Amino acid sequence: MRDTVTAQTGFAPPSAKPLLAAAAVIAALVLLPFVAQAAGSPATVALATRVLIYGIAAASLNLALGYGGLVSFGHAAFFGIGGYTVGILYQHYVADELILGLFTGSNQLLVTLPAAVVVSGLLASVIGALSLRTSGVQFIMITLAFAQMIFYLFASLTAYGAEDGLIVRRRNELFGLDTRNDTVFYFICLGVAAAFFALLSRIVRSRFGLVLVGLRQSERRMAAIGIAPYRYKLAAFVISGIGTGLAGALMANYLRFVSPDMLHWTKSGELMIMVILGGVGTLFGPLLGAAALVILETVLAAWTEHWQIILGPLLLAVVLFTRGGLQALLARLGGKP
Amino acid sequence: MSGISPEPLLSVRGLAKRFGGLIATDGVDLDVMPGELHALIGPNGAGKTTLIAQLFGELRQDAGAIRLDGEEVGHLATPDRVHRGLGRTFQITQLLPDFTVLDNVALAVQARDGHSFRFLADARRDEGLRGRARRHVTASGLANRAETRVADLSHGEQKQLELAVALACEPRLLLLDEPMAGLGHVESGQMVETLRALKGRTTMLLVEHDMDAVFALADRVSVLVYGRIIATGTVEEIRDNPDVRTAYLGEGDA
Ligand SMILES: Nc1ncnc2c1ncn2[C@@H]1O[C@H](COP(=O)(O)OP(=O)(O)OP(=O)(O)O)[C@@H](O)[C@H]1O
Ligand SMILES: [Mg+2]
Repeated sequence: MRDTVTAQTGFAPPSAKPLLAAAAVIAALVLLPFVAQAAGSPATVALATRVLIYGIAAASLNLALGYGGLVSFGHAAFFGIGGYTVGILYQHYVADELILGLFTGSNQLLVTLPAAVVVSGLLASVIGALSLRTSGVQFIMITLAFAQMIFYLFASLTAYGAEDGLIVRRRNELFGLDTRNDTVFYFICLGVAAAFFALLSRIVRSRFGLVLVGLRQSERRMAAIGIAPYRYKLAAFVISGIGTGLAGALMANYLRFVSPDMLHWTKSGELMIMVILGGVGTLFGPLLGAAALVILETVLAAWTEHWQIILGPLLLAVVLFTRGGLQALLARLGGKP
Repeated sequence: MSGISPEPLLSVRGLAKRFGGLIATDGVDLDVMPGELHALIGPNGAGKTTLIAQLFGELRQDAGAIRLDGEEVGHLATPDRVHRGLGRTFQITQLLPDFTVLDNVALAVQARDGHSFRFLADARRDEGLRGRARRHVTASGLANRAETRVADLSHGEQKQLELAVALACEPRLLLLDEPMAGLGHVESGQMVETLRALKGRTTMLLVEHDMDAVFALADRVSVLVYGRIIATGTVEEIRDNPDVRTAYLGEGDA
């Protein structure tokens, strides 16, 4: 974990190499739908959309987990609440009823995404404010407990479909684009992901980011230079929850469906696996981890229904043998120390 | 000893701390005057580190008052005491191992600069922070190690960095917990010179086992035995104090 963290956060002179790599990745992602079309495999676009969405969620979790050392096992709550924000706004939009007698519904992405950001941010403030009074295993358990409460709440909320969830018949609208088209929606997700990662890359290098990474290394040292940990950890937790909620809102649009599945603790686990698989405390590691997990799941599931039996050992191998996840593996293959 | 103003910078009264049956701090009264280097000596387990931890707010005292420049700080959390001018170094170094030397110091400069809720600008390219940090790193003699990760530093370098980080906080009162512990002869000598250069500019409470260093540096010395201060005085007074000799220094051992 140490090596990979410094790979991103340690002092390194600016070099053209990462910029070139980023440009190459962006170019590949932009070309992907066209290549997929030409290769006669349109399903790839849908797959890549899921990778981007999970990549945003996992990278958000990683801000808390990898950079801040806050091992949250409850991020499904934010993923799900982001999704439900889209679903509930849509249901009220269709029924033309006010939400709680206050807000109108909406099917506009420019309304639903900001709404998901606000709602998941508020939820993360509450959960974070209470959970961050604890640390270590207690913190893991308390975040899990909060997420389970949200899960059971929505699983029993008949107004919003309870266990069956909500169907979003049409994806949210944006500038009159044909969001129903998978390629168009892919590009929307790509745009959101690019903006998100650009922002995240600045946050982790900022004064705030350094304080966060410092707190992970030694709270005692940080207190001794005059930094009270709590509010910085809370801010990190809230930003982390917001990013995850944003991803959830995209996922609800992508699936045109939201259900308590998105809130289930196994979703928290999946996000965590993506982070660990890709590289804890690295900027793009979680995106790699999301790609690996989503693709593996898809490939293996087509192959055998017992795909999890194969996935388990594979994950174990990556974690044990790459020392720092796929990001570290790539860095080493690329000749970096 | 002349020129010390009558109001102490640090004033401790009736400080007490127990760990179960063990009395680690037993009614300690202590005054540190502005500008003075006050040494605190005492045998292993006397309660020196425990006292420092209470002064710094890492341990809460069971009873007693801690006043900094007349203001009671005994109820404050550590970061608040740091903002009021307390700083400390650790006997067992507490640094950020994944960060470089410069990062460690720059973070202290940054903390001194106000809150860190700044999310967008690259802190490592902030020349204001980096420049000030670099000056502290250079002054501590670590200039050629500035970009080295703390985990890769020698023990002596980590001790130097401890001091550099504490000084970057620009404390009014610096609590030093055995800054020479584990240092070789040469490094020890350098640390004495560094502290001597600091004398007069920063008020210091120095916990140290190295008696040569203590007697060379201290304006006044307090002796802590079993959690009690048994004597306070100038270097000569302490050297000649018969209680101190039997309780702590041991004949010819100093
Ligand atoms: N957290 C704690 N719980 C219980 N006992 C403690 C604790 N911290 C310190 N002690 C005990 O309190 C006494 C004083 O310890 P302290 O570390 O303050 O001594 P010291 O004077 O700094 O010694 P040294 O010179 O070895 O550093 C010791 O007997 C120690 O075992
Ligand atoms: Mg000690």
